[in-house]
Amino acid sequence: MRHVLSALVQNQPGVLAQVSGMFASRGFNIESLAVGETDKPEFSRITVVVKGDDRVLEQVRKQLEKIVTVVKVQDVSRHEHVERDLVLIKIRVTPECRPELMALFQIFRARVVDVAPQELMAELSGQEKKIQAFIEAVQPYGIVEMARTGRIALIRGSKPDLVPAEEDLPADQPLVVGHSSL
Amino acid sequence: MATITQERSDTQSLPVTGADLVVESLVRHGVDVIFAYPGGASMPMHQALTRWKEKIRTILPRHEQGGIFAAEGYARVTGKPGCVMATSGPGALNLVTGLADAKMDSLPLIAITGQVPTGVIGTDAFQETPTVEVCRAVCKHTYLVTKATDIPRIMKEAFHIASSGRPGPVLIDIPKDIQNTIVSNPNWDEPMDLPGYSLPPSPSMDILRQVATAIRQARKPIIYCGGGVIAADAAEALREFVNKTGIPVAMTLQGLGSIPNDHYLSLKMLGMHGTVYSNYAINEADLLLAFGVRFDDRVTGKLTEFAKHGKIVHVDVDASEINKNKIAHIPVNGDVKQAIEGLIPLVEKCDLRDWYQQIDAWRESDPMTYADRDDVIVPQYVIDQLSKITGGEMIMTTGVGQHQMWAAQWTNFKHPRCWVTSGGLGSMGFGLPSAMGAVAARSDLPVVDIDGDGSFVMNIQELATVVCEKLPVKMIVLNNQHLGMVVQWEDRFYKSNRAHTYLGSIDDPEAVGAGEGKLPDVTYPDFVGLAESFGAKGRQIRRKEDVIPALEEMLAHPGPYVLDVLVPYQEHVLPMIPAGGTVRDIIKS
Repeated sequence: MRHVLSALVQNQPGVLAQVSGMFASRGFNIESLAVGETDKPEFSRITVVVKGDDRVLEQVRKQLEKIVTVVKVQDVSRHEHVERDLVLIKIRVTPECRPELMALFQIFRARVVDVAPQELMAELSGQEKKIQAFIEAVQPYGIVEMARTGRIALIRGSKPDLVPAEEDLPADQPLVVGHSSL
Repeated sequence: MATITQERSDTQSLPVTGADLVVESLVRHGVDVIFAYPGGASMPMHQALTRWKEKIRTILPRHEQGGIFAAEGYARVTGKPGCVMATSGPGALNLVTGLADAKMDSLPLIAITGQVPTGVIGTDAFQETPTVEVCRAVCKHTYLVTKATDIPRIMKEAFHIASSGRPGPVLIDIPKDIQNTIVSNPNWDEPMDLPGYSLPPSPSMDILRQVATAIRQARKPIIYCGGGVIAADAAEALREFVNKTGIPVAMTLQGLGSIPNDHYLSLKMLGMHGTVYSNYAINEADLLLAFGVRFDDRVTGKLTEFAKHGKIVHVDVDASEINKNKIAHIPVNGDVKQAIEGLIPLVEKCDLRDWYQQIDAWRESDPMTYADRDDVIVPQYVIDQLSKITGGEMIMTTGVGQHQMWAAQWTNFKHPRCWVTSGGLGSMGFGLPSAMGAVAARSDLPVVDIDGDGSFVMNIQELATVVCEKLPVKMIVLNNQHLGMVVQWEDRFYKSNRAHTYLGSIDDPEAVGAGEGKLPDVTYPDFVGLAESFGAKGRQIRRKEDVIPALEEMLAHPGPYVLDVLVPYQEHVLPMIPAGGTVRDIIKS
């Protein structure tokens, strides 16, 4: 089973190393990993795609949650969600094949973002399958270089953000402990 | 707050630096002992420690590994975080084994390391290593301090993380310039910033009722309890629970002391070198109450065969332990003490007469025994006698190997937090330094390090610490001139081919297994001479009749004492379930 996990983490140095180190040391395979800031500067979101059965997933999730700087983990793929991946791709182009290629871009709704005498750079976002199909379609023309972001995902609907709301915090476990209570 | 600052001795006029904040934080968190080895990058903190010497005793180990093992010993016997400090680079790296050890055995630890100044981090400066990068995987949490004003908050977070939930080591790496930064108005009340760190809620009534129902229905229940019970200070609750229900208890290596070994319901240690009857009982049980354990391979052997006839209730504070190795039918993620205390009013005496009869039959058919001899001292006899002389009223520490298993098998454990051993990581050289930490924490009980001649040498430099710092550790070296546990495996699985397991000269025929196997006339090294050169008392014995008088002499001696006991290397730790095996594979002789 393929799972998309979304982890809200504290935006601090070393957090990514800690998360990826956990995956490596526990022998979990990462298929894709994307990191970016959220609307709150103190948090980042790490989106990880992992493969494994429910048992493996449970472990991955618990081990992620155990990391002190990981605030919350959700298995996005268990909910209605939107998943995207972005690719930048540089393709070799000759005057003869240029129209054909442009037609292909249109079908996939790819955008040309750079033009050079013998190359075109296109940008495409979408689900993994679409990206894969696009790459296969332009392959015959000759791919010069390619870069992908890795999967990002969010749950559909009006679900609140993954930041824990005040009421989610256990009442007997105040996050703030003054010296007086130590 | 003001009162604390005034307790700083002398140099009142000196401004408060980051280093002072570190030490004052330690004082505010109740730290009374720190094991600290200075170096260039940690000198400001050592200078600060001298200003707080009325509050914190700084013990100078002779190696950073000795320091951190000592801090672990302190943590195990007190339940409070053990504290250790080292300089950057090699000093910090020498802590790595101890950090991993504390992580595996869930001991609360605060490790503070000096780092090269912020401006030169990343330039391969003298004694620079990326300490946090190296240690991250073996710590519960790590910090690299970038602002001196953060120190009070970070220290508060570190103590909270180290000692709450599943305890573990927290490392704080502090560049030298941060230690020297003057902080005019430290904010001691800055709240912790740990949005990702929470503790499991108390176990719900609903789940506890499910457990109680399972207990009521069980005919052959057994408790399998481990270090989690000790760490949660749940031994008292467990005893009440056991006495009320009458359910027998098998303990892991780290769980020893949870209930007294001489309690009728104690089946003693289970697992690879556990009692035959505890392993049989686990195998036959219809209900396994797993309290504060992690289904370690040294306990379970072949996982699929372990406790396969029973329903499993798994109580653990660490959610990731539940279902990690073995699926729990009733998972209870929460504090073990709260769970047991919550269960007590819900349970009643179980009618287990048939189950007791069965267990008693196993106890009779396969009791714990050893073949005693009169011509030599067998190692089990030494521990057995020590246990009898002290009545089990002592703190025992060990190295790793055969002696450790014999200590676990033949000591009459009475209380929790009196047994200090490296279980998960199995770090040789743990015995002497951890005993040093135990002695620094508690002076009311004798502290005895049961060691092997291999393990003892691994941190033998700490003899200097115990003498110079006046820490009256008693050391018993079960000296067989070999790496006994590896020899045992060579005998069992490698046709007795000796592969670098003899600890004497390579010219000796024993080095290649061609000796006569007799006790040597002269042993190597000369532990008595070594002890004396460090200023400790030493004595070697090789005759059985000397054991009791020597133990008495050792216990009566006021200072550190090395009792070197010559034992045959042919002795094996039994019973034994080979790695990955099942109860059917138990080797009994």
